[in-house]
Amino acid sequence: MSDKKDIKIADAFKDGKAFIGFLTAGDPTIEKTVEYVLAMEEAGCDLVEIGIPFSDPVAEGPVIQEANIRALSNNTNTDDVFEAIRQIREKSDVPLVFLTYINPVFYYGYDKFFKRCQELNVCGIISPDLPYDEKDEILEVTQKYGIDIISLIAPTSKERIQMIAREASGFIYVVSSLGVTGMRSEIRTDLESILKDIKEVTDVPAAVGFGINTPEQAENIAKVADGVIVGSAIVNIIAEHGENAKEPLVNYVKSMKDAIS
Amino acid sequence: MSRGRFGVHGGQYMSETLMNELLNLEEQYNHFKEDPEFVEELNTLLKEYAGRPSLLYYAKRMTEDLGGAKIYLKREDLNHTGAHKINNVLGQCLLAKKMGKTRVIAETGAGQHGVATATAAALLGMECEVFMGEEDTKRQALNVFRMELLGAKVHTVTTGSKVLKDAVNDAFREWISRVDDTHYVIGSTMGPHPFPTIVRDFQAVISEEIKEQIMELEGKLPDMVIACVGGGSNAMGAFYNFLEDEEVKLVGVEAAGKGIDTEFHAATIAKGELGIFHGMKSYFCQGNYGQISPVYSISAGLDYPGIGPEHAYLHDIGRAEYVSATDDEAVEAFEYLSRMEGIIPAIESSHAIAHAMRIAGDMDKDDIVVINVSGRGDKDVAAIARYKGVELYE
Ligand SMILES: Cc1ncc(COP(=O)(O)O)c(C=O)c1O
Repeated sequence: MSDKKDIKIADAFKDGKAFIGFLTAGDPTIEKTVEYVLAMEEAGCDLVEIGIPFSDPVAEGPVIQEANIRALSNNTNTDDVFEAIRQIREKSDVPLVFLTYINPVFYYGYDKFFKRCQELNVCGIISPDLPYDEKDEILEVTQKYGIDIISLIAPTSKERIQMIAREASGFIYVVSSLGVTGMRSEIRTDLESILKDIKEVTDVPAAVGFGINTPEQAENIAKVADGVIVGSAIVNIIAEHGENAKEPLVNYVKSMKDAIS
Repeated sequence: MSRGRFGVHGGQYMSETLMNELLNLEEQYNHFKEDPEFVEELNTLLKEYAGRPSLLYYAKRMTEDLGGAKIYLKREDLNHTGAHKINNVLGQCLLAKKMGKTRVIAETGAGQHGVATATAAALLGMECEVFMGEEDTKRQALNVFRMELLGAKVHTVTTGSKVLKDAVNDAFREWISRVDDTHYVIGSTMGPHPFPTIVRDFQAVISEEIKEQIMELEGKLPDMVIACVGGGSNAMGAFYNFLEDEEVKLVGVEAAGKGIDTEFHAATIAKGELGIFHGMKSYFCQGNYGQISPVYSISAGLDYPGIGPEHAYLHDIGRAEYVSATDDEAVEAFEYLSRMEGIIPAIESSHAIAHAMRIAGDMDKDDIVVINVSGRGDKDVAAIARYKGVELYE
């Protein structure tokens, strides 16, 4: 279906607030990853982050750690993940980004990896262990293939916020809370002031993630941010329902998308 | 290129949440290391609390038995808490306290670094929590109790392979969650910048002393310095002040476990590949699309899939040589030094001794070899008994 070759992250933000969903590729299987991404798009997901499983996901809480273990225990590898993307792309133009620790990308070879991203229209990469200060590691190659490096901004970033935002592309991932990923009942960070700092220096959209779980939280976040990112809550549904998670995923994504629309 | 590089190695591959803290740590460290009051305070602790300088002991019987080079042992095993770990821990905990931190966290494998951190925290009146893999809490149950006795809280890590690497993961996770009042006392010359430099500087007292002591005893520099390598802190400490003395051969000994041609080893330089993990670019045991491999050694302290970035660099430029010793060789060396010199070395340090036993006999009688005995072996006695099939009833 995809003869429109140039899929952009901006597409996700063009009709109001974006709902961004995350899942770990290969959890529970690569076939299911394809099915779930397509289902989430249908339910209103504007952009999907696809996690490449890693043995040591240091920024992850228990829910996503276990998804990594499930994916690796059925031997999901980077080529399998690309194969899933290829199948998704046969049916969908939903903007996709990878969430991956940098070592699997380094090991695969930067050039080979980002070339493949370009071929399959994967728009960007989020790497929890590649901060602003180390982005030269991949910048030349990502630029060569037109892949956005998604910058992360944390509650502790303070005077780094504008430095990071100024050079951001694609979208900015604002980390809502200290700590690792996982569902939280309360978000206490002063997101408004972080987003204000960002907006002063860039037009790149800013989405908030980490800990967001309920439609009420999403609605509140959407009042100040351009998008809402949900990971652990989605992965939790997959953990609970395994191969039969499609329907609960669709219902959940719909409820979240409705809350921010 | 970013901060904290040793050739291509090192760097700061860390969560954005910790970046300001790492920058702050670097700034504060650079300030305090020049602050006479801090330096004086640390030196006093090293001298009066840790028992420095540690002895440089001429191993006469071992020398005669091997029939070659003259062998000296740098006795880090005589430090308070029984290993070189205390040098780093006193430095980092004092620094953390000066920075206004009230709480320290640490990872530990065998428990040596955990015990040392708990000790320094008790001494300096700081809160302490230690992360230790479930497998290691079983292998080293006594050290768990020891840390608790010292007032630390021990977290049993049940993620991943439940050993040292996983303890490091969980310590980072804890630090990301609570960074304001907390310093992460990394136990080796690894992790993101500035840790490899800070830890190396605090351990460099080892080579500073060796140099002074050997000049006094022999009037010349050693021909070779040998140390075991886990993350690389005792080796970096033993090498550092000799880096410019090109005539001094520096040899790091990794854990070959059941042999580097099996799956069961922790020999990063021998078998690892360049990668990025735990905040640094360096060599790592990895495979299968860049997944970090489980590693193995009889010695929990060497059971780590990476190596500090400065060692990776010293290897690249050929300034230091890296070899390995198997479990069997280490156990043999453990027993050998015990019988020959009446010194029971840590099973980690026994890897260095094993290498000296391989080569000293072929060296000249005028040659001087210094082995860094990074720790004492009391903690290992039960494990060695098990290894040999001896049943103990405690
Ligand atoms: C006695 C002893 N030696 C060596 C090591 C290995 O660490 P490193 O390579 O940092 O010296 C350890 C680690 O626990 C240890 O306890």
